[in-house]
Amino acid sequence: MQEKILNLLNENPLLNEQEIATRLGLALEEVQSQIAIMKETGILLGYQAVIDWEKTDKEMTTAMIEVRVTPQRGQGFDRIAKRLYEYPEVDSCYLMSGGFDLMVILKGKTLRDVANFVSDRIAPLESVLSTSTHFILKQYKSNGRIFANVQSDDREAIVL
Amino acid sequence: MSNFQLSKRVQSIPPSAIRRFFDLANEMKDEVLSLSIGEPDFVTPWVATDAGICALEHGVTHYSPNMGYMALRQAISDYLHKRYGVYFSPKTQVLCTVGGSEGIDMVMRGLLDPGDEVIIPEPCFVAYRACTLLSGGTPISIDCSPENGFKLTAEALEAAITSKTKLLVVGYPNNPTGAVMFREDWDQIAAVLRRHPHVYVLTDELYTELDYSGKPVSSLIQYPDLAERVLYIGGFSKAYAMTGWRIGYVCAGEEAIAGVNRIHQYTIMSAPSVGQMAALDAMLHAGEQVEMMRDAYNSRRNVVCSALQKMGLPIYVPQGAFYVFPNITVCGMDSNTFCERFLQEEKVAIIPGSAFGACGEGYARISYAAAMETIEEAMVRLARFVARHAK
Repeated sequence: MQEKILNLLNENPLLNEQEIATRLGLALEEVQSQIAIMKETGILLGYQAVIDWEKTDKEMTTAMIEVRVTPQRGQGFDRIAKRLYEYPEVDSCYLMSGGFDLMVILKGKTLRDVANFVSDRIAPLESVLSTSTHFILKQYKSNGRIFANVQSDDREAIVL
Repeated sequence: MSNFQLSKRVQSIPPSAIRRFFDLANEMKDEVLSLSIGEPDFVTPWVATDAGICALEHGVTHYSPNMGYMALRQAISDYLHKRYGVYFSPKTQVLCTVGGSEGIDMVMRGLLDPGDEVIIPEPCFVAYRACTLLSGGTPISIDCSPENGFKLTAEALEAAITSKTKLLVVGYPNNPTGAVMFREDWDQIAAVLRRHPHVYVLTDELYTELDYSGKPVSSLIQYPDLAERVLYIGGFSKAYAMTGWRIGYVCAGEEAIAGVNRIHQYTIMSAPSVGQMAALDAMLHAGEQVEMMRDAYNSRRNVVCSALQKMGLPIYVPQGAFYVFPNITVCGMDSNTFCERFLQEEKVAIIPGSAFGACGEGYARISYAAAMETIEEAMVRLARFVARHAK
């Protein structure tokens, strides 16, 4: 049942508890208690809007930075990851398998902001061996949503 | 007055009594919310579309074998075995058609001689009666009431069977009522059929994947002693959101399929080859999307039913398909007037129940194959309309 609630919220975080209850055919109290449990246990962390910033005036440069690091004794990669992800500019941070260790996704105003962050914040850290920065040129799909033009309903008016 | 002479068979199909409503709804198409569409609002799962594109790129643009590509027939056979526990030989018992509709037509033409009676439980999909008439048969309606959940009952069937009865047509999950028949319901129907070995059955199960009852799927094909007389119609349109690809199938005994194929090979040749390739990948790889769509329909069903109950329109809570069939007599209008005025006053299109058989009078079909926002706004408008006109 938690999964069904989460699926609905993932699709539309604006749904209130009564709407979720109606859609799933559940009692309101049941939905309320499940959501409370999921918040307490850290399953449900927050609600987010999906925004195509390209369509606004705001400039938003997104960079994906591959970071190779030396893990630290007793703390593995967690400590160095924390030193990076605590910066508010960091949108996401993942420990990766493969040719590098940390994937840091950065959302900055300009290319310069991103460059400064890499040179001033990431590169100087002692355990950082190297970085490789990729800029996103165009966003096609994110969080399961396609950013192309909205499709219109072209079905016939009546189908029996 | 034109002298053009249509055949008596075509003339026997009267123009729809609700044609005026159709014209009006079509004219107003761009300004209305449509809950009048009997096809999924989802786009085809990409895995199927991509297979269609690949087929085009690889030049799969010729006739396929009359009965369809063997890979697709094999996949259909496997699917039915898994879903119903029934085996149809892909070589001799599975025929790919142009949508489920072709199957209905072919089966009727394959089975009916002039004067043969076809028993049609109503309300139901409009093609059963029309295809019966086009095949020279005589449609015999059974009125299915909401008290029985719009299901066919053994008593009603027994009373309708005569020595002239050739075929019984059943379509569950049902368009337009959303009724679903369970094992215990079919058991009783099967008992009647055993007493009348001259009666064949066409079971149209296009909506089988859209079943919200949580009960095990049940069908007349699961009765081995009736296997020779039951012809199954399935398709990709509803479950896989593939209406425009036009792929369906008929599964039945070897002799029945050979007969149906004799008509199919001269009139259709083969189902669209690109569509068949897309359907194959849909069947093999789109299971998760089917489940996702089913969950979405189920949410919408809950929202529509809850809204209708709140506004005081009596409903039988549908167990399948994507329709609700509320009783609208509280407003003191016939179905046609109700839907026409609702369209004009509130700009929402739903279908008069009378389109689905005489006993559909007093009801309207609401399709919830539409975006949730559309459904929610339409329900607000319907509540307002009902409050304004309820006697």
